[in-house]
Amino acid sequence: MKAELLTRGILSLGLTLLAAGCHRGQTNVAAAFPATGEIRGWSRTSDIRSFEAGDLWKYIDGEAEKYLKAGVLKASTADYKFQNSLEAVVDVYTMSKAEGAAQVFNSEPAADARLVNMGDAARLFRQSLIFRKGPHLVRIVVYEESPEAPEALLSFGHGIEQRLPR
Amino acid sequence: MKKSPNTTRREFLRTCVAGAAVLGASGALEFIESAEQGAAIAKPKVIIARDAMLRGSGSSVDSQRMVKLLDQSMQALFDGDRPAEPWKKLVRPGDRVGLKVNALGGRAFSSNLQLVEAVCERLQEAGIRAQDIVIWDRDTEELERAGFHIAAGGNRVQCFGTDQVGYEDDLVTYGSVGSRLSKILTRNCDILINLPVLKDHDGAGVSMALKNMYGVIHNPNKYHPNGCNPYIADVNMLPDIRARMRLTICDATTATYEGGPGYKPQYSWRPSALLAARDPVALDYVGWQMIERKRAEKGLKTLQADKRDPLYIATAADAQHRLGIDDPKRITLIELQADA
Repeated sequence: MKAELLTRGILSLGLTLLAAGCHRGQTNVAAAFPATGEIRGWSRTSDIRSFEAGDLWKYIDGEAEKYLKAGVLKASTADYKFQNSLEAVVDVYTMSKAEGAAQVFNSEPAADARLVNMGDAARLFRQSLIFRKGPHLVRIVVYEESPEAPEALLSFGHGIEQRLPR
Repeated sequence: MKKSPNTTRREFLRTCVAGAAVLGASGALEFIESAEQGAAIAKPKVIIARDAMLRGSGSSVDSQRMVKLLDQSMQALFDGDRPAEPWKKLVRPGDRVGLKVNALGGRAFSSNLQLVEAVCERLQEAGIRAQDIVIWDRDTEELERAGFHIAAGGNRVQCFGTDQVGYEDDLVTYGSVGSRLSKILTRNCDILINLPVLKDHDGAGVSMALKNMYGVIHNPNKYHPNGCNPYIADVNMLPDIRARMRLTICDATTATYEGGPGYKPQYSWRPSALLAARDPVALDYVGWQMIERKRAEKGLKTLQADKRDPLYIATAADAQHRLGIDDPKRITLIELQADA
């Protein structure tokens, strides 16, 4: 009898944790992707695509392993243009915990990054911006170097950061 | 596409061979006449052709300079004096030729479009019909995102992903791998030309010729543990791949030394180069060393110290695989520099 109760208890706890995990995974990250014109100069040029953890390799090949180890639940991505010229891609990785986002963030060399005040931590490069906020890791990459890219990345990053749930 | 003027190797300055590599002049015919296609070549050549002016003063690759760079690479690899010669040694009219690109990195970091166009042009000049050339990778949408124009049917160069036609039903196996092969490979290609990109790779260490074959199978996600070793070598041993593989031209117009395989501009540089070889193992070895030199220059640990040295390269060269040579003393490395 005790064993049966214990089993039920473990099952119940497991289901609760699973539900909580699913809930976090279903966070509406799509809302974090600004529509065209919502942030000055930026327009969205593609639909938002999403990849569950098991399918992440289809998007980022072998790099998926790093995110899986960090507890990734889902990745979402969309293409953008700045002032109709600079092409960019935004990736939002949602982990099960904030520690997972920190793990990936900290695994990447800071190189010549400029530390900026955004989310829980952020690094700005000449062509990219990476920041984390709660369980989310956001990476914005512009495809070409340009003098206006860093400032454009900053304003865009702030816009996304404000739209992200913690 | 504009035709490039005929070019000769004299327009390039041959520079000294780096490190322990040997500057040699082995005959090109040894490659094409090899009795067993895909077998390790005794003393393979790897060409690194660089052009500091590949982008001119802009950020896009100049098509004409790319054609010229390709010609120089191929003429050095096959010891030809004219641009069409190497291709005529490589293909025959009636052959169906697959160009396996790498489109995973999006517009900024996929196989260079100008390079692929140049290869198509030279293949057609060698007698291959446009409709017998297929540019392909795993996914059509990825190809489009990388900037390729999708085309299926008609008298034009074909371009689409395996998602359009699917994988063979039967599993093929070698060593540790069991996979279904793209029908593009098995049904549309007599000859495979591999056009990968020079990349750092989080799991495998580096990604170039051999790793690009993960885009040919239905289940590459199964083969990333243990630094993709021995899986990468085993995938390349699958007979349908090995029998068709003739040439690798690695796009090193832009490359990454960290954070790969995705494009992270902060860890990328612009070698403005092509690497060409018949031996994919030798090419991967040489490309690996390029990445290690850049990592050292940037103050990063070696891949070995980072616990991700590309062990699969040695596996591909071992007695069980014999896919090529990874001994720098046996690789003939020829470095070319284009005139400004």
